[in-house]
Amino acid sequence: MEKEIAGKMIKVNDEGYLTDFSQWTQEVGAAIAEENNIVMTPRHWEVIAYLQNEHKNNVALSIRKIGKSDVLDIKEFYQLFPQGPLKTSTKIAGIPKPASCI
Amino acid sequence: MADGSIYNYDILILATGAKIAPEEIDGMKAEEWQKSVFDFYTFEGALALRNKLREWEGGKLLVHITEMPIKCPVAPLEFAFLADSFFKHKKMRDKVEISFVTPLSGAFTKPKATAALDHLLDEKNIKIEADFAIESVDNDRKVIVDYGGREVPFDLLVTVPTNKGDEVIARSGMGDDLNFIPTNKATLQSLAFENIFVLGDASNIPASKAGSVAHFEAEILTENIKHYIKGEALSEEFDGHANCFIETGGGKALLIDFNYTHEPVEGTFPFPGVGPLRLMKESRMNHMGKLAFRWIYWNMLLKGTHIPFVSSHMEEAGKNFN
Repeated sequence: MEKEIAGKMIKVNDEGYLTDFSQWTQEVGAAIAEENNIVMTPRHWEVIAYLQNEHKNNVALSIRKIGKSDVLDIKEFYQLFPQGPLKTSTKIAGIPKPASCI
Repeated sequence: MADGSIYNYDILILATGAKIAPEEIDGMKAEEWQKSVFDFYTFEGALALRNKLREWEGGKLLVHITEMPIKCPVAPLEFAFLADSFFKHKKMRDKVEISFVTPLSGAFTKPKATAALDHLLDEKNIKIEADFAIESVDNDRKVIVDYGGREVPFDLLVTVPTNKGDEVIARSGMGDDLNFIPTNKATLQSLAFENIFVLGDASNIPASKAGSVAHFEAEILTENIKHYIKGEALSEEFDGHANCFIETGGGKALLIDFNYTHEPVEGTFPFPGVGPLRLMKESRMNHMGKLAFRWIYWNMLLKGTHIPFVSSHMEEAGKNFN
């Protein structure tokens, strides 16, 4: 389905995750962040860029992986994206919700 | 080997499994371990918990999952359902507050089953605390704390600790950060060595770590090892098929059947349209199925006898995908 985000029609799934990453722009990310009551700072965008890069390299994202990365620790991840940081940050990043759940 | 003996191999099948690692979480294996904090994935843990439940007088019971993946993702749910049934039977259900605490967004890993199971939890008055990524167990205050600072108090914590592959896998340098072996999810061949194959919980494939999965994998692995010996291409056949009974208490059970691409849905099993077992519905017949499975397990599965009508590939007929 399509949803208007930041003035553009964007393809998303039932849960609001982008299904076509090529449609992602920083404005789209910022609009999704706003919907989730998150005020983006340069640090937020650094983390988003890191997540997008991991996704591009086919790394399965998990809280544990974030904790072991040298980009940020889990505490900070929660401070930046309270309440389900992995779910929220991947939505803002325009990448799929991690399927760490089997 | 531990005694220093050495065995050479041409083909190696690794089936080293997964085990709990409570030391991964700060305060989990501490003063309260096996006093008010229990696991049930080890013999000692299950025994200690049984003894505790016999004398426990009630309070807040948390059934908790530390992080995914875990062996048998339905086991903690079954524990919660059976605890409800157990305390009702002991006529003390009103003294026990049961909560299901999970790092997932709901009761299970797949959306349709989650909706059905969330409903069952609600019906049994089991509270769900979702999206809880545990950071530590506070032994003094008897609370579990997540990375966001959220706290859930407990009188009795029944936890499924982090699951990891065997240390031997870490020592061999073959494992990922949880000691699971990167494996081709369709052929079951290790990604690093073409003469090493992985069966069951030891692999990192995105299927449930469940006995049924290992069983279905074994049929495909046998064929693939024959192909490998003959120098033929491996068949990319494993579809992630899992089949699990979920005991829901009161002599009833639920049955789920799913694979990599199809999540559990309603339908009939094993005969499309006929049953006699109903998928995703709580029923007495499913419980009877589980009891019958005990006999099948010891007398057929362990001997390698093929179970009629149940194939390693998931049957798509008889299921309502939409």
